[in-house]
This record gives sequence, C-alpha cells and structure tokens, in this order.
Amino acid sequence: MTYHGNGFYALSDPTRREIFERLAQRPQAVGELAERLPVSRPAVSQHLKVLKEAGLVVERAQGTRRVYRVDTAGVEAMRRYLDRFWDRALLAFKKAAEKEKDS
Amino acid sequence: MTTHLVEPIRKEIVVEAPIERAFRVFTDNLDSWWPRGHHIGKAPLQRAVLEPELGGRWYEIGDDGSECNWGKVLAWDPPRRLLLAWQIDAQWQYDAKLITELEVTFTAQGAQRTLVELEHRNLERFGEAAAALREMMDRGWSGIVGIYAETAGQAQ
Repeated sequence: MTYHGNGFYALSDPTRREIFERLAQRPQAVGELAERLPVSRPAVSQHLKVLKEAGLVVERAQGTRRVYRVDTAGVEAMRRYLDRFWDRALLAFKKAAEKEKDS
Repeated sequence: MTTHLVEPIRKEIVVEAPIERAFRVFTDNLDSWWPRGHHIGKAPLQRAVLEPELGGRWYEIGDDGSECNWGKVLAWDPPRRLLLAWQIDAQWQYDAKLITELEVTFTAQGAQRTLVELEHRNLERFGEAAAALREMMDRGWSGIVGIYAETAGQAQ
C-alpha cells in the first residue's frame, strides 16, 4: 500500500476533496476552480499539484489554459503495458534459458 | 483478501530446458534476458540483479553505478516457485509501501522441458486513485474512509 503520493493521502484535505469532486463532475481550468472556491488561485494550483502527483487528476493544455480532469485510466493503462511487457520478457527468458548450458 | 479488483496478468511459456536451469536463468541470470529498455533509473541499464534468497532485493544498476530497487523476494522455493514483490508504481518510481505480487512457478514436463507460469496480481494497487473515485461515487466519503481503514490495517 502507498500512503504518500496516493489517493487517500491526497483526499485527506477537505479543499482537495472539494476540488476533486468538482473535477469529477466536469473538467475545469485552475481559474474556474478558484472563482468558486474560498481559496486563492496559487493555493488551488498547489492542491492540483498534489492531486496530480497522486494520479487522481491529469492536465491537458487547451489553448493557453491548462484543463484538469479526473484520471480513471491509470490502472488499465498500466495493466496493458505490463501485459505486453511480460510477453516480451518471457520470450527473451525462453531464448536465454534454451541457449544456456547446465553448469 | 483473495478477490482481485483488476484481473491479474497471467502468462505461460514452455521452455526447452530442465527445471533447475529454467529457475536459475530466471533468477541468477535475470540480467541475461531482462529487456534492456525497461529500467526506472535515469542512467541506462547496466545490470539487472536478483538476490537469490528470501527477503533479497531485485534491482537495477545503471551505467553510472546508481542502484534503483524494484522490489524484494517474498518466497524463494527453488526450483519450483518464486514470489517477488514488484514495487514500481504507475509513475515508474520505486515505492516501498506498494506491493504487487509477481508469482512465477516452474513445472517439469520431462527432463528437458519446463512449463513456466507467471502471474502479476494486485494490479488495482497501481491506481488506488481510480478505485477511490469509484468507491467515493458509490458510497460517499464515509465509505472511503472505512475502506482506507480496512486496507491500511491489512498493509504490512
């Protein structure tokens, strides 16, 4: 289990939770979030940074703005990657094992 | 918990080699087959190492001498079974608190042939964020706090 840099830690703060729940409803830019929250824009940016590092949200450039949205694709992407990785790795292992002589 | 929120990756391959050699190449000779592009350190991979004992580390050595842990040996039962902790997270960082299990079993199918089966499980742990979101939507915040307490209690 991870404690730091994970979703539970990131969501332990009420403001971050609020930001996260708003992003779950629809993607938004920092400015939009800050307008509707009782915290400064730099504070919102800081909270977004934590949420991003926890893998909870992802950002995307849209013109000059950076729009944030909730990321739910992380696990499946990692699984697909590892699935391909193990195919390749096991084939390489097979070749190595068959080439090797018993010592 | 034995239920898997995310389907484990399961692979099998038949190797034309005696079981002892198959196990040895997988472990002692990890470096001989590990795909070179797959490393987490900044430096190019020089060597992949697996310490052949219970509690041993498996890690990479970069060409600048730097070491990056990948995880540890959770079960060492040569030549039939190996259980590794894969502790690299979805951001390609080693995380001592993250444990996804990688189990590799070796079954002799004759003197010169071995079936190797690999299972990489607990993959949901890569994305507690995604799981947290689903749970939050389903159960509300009080629900997620309860789940956190349960899983934190189970963590070693």
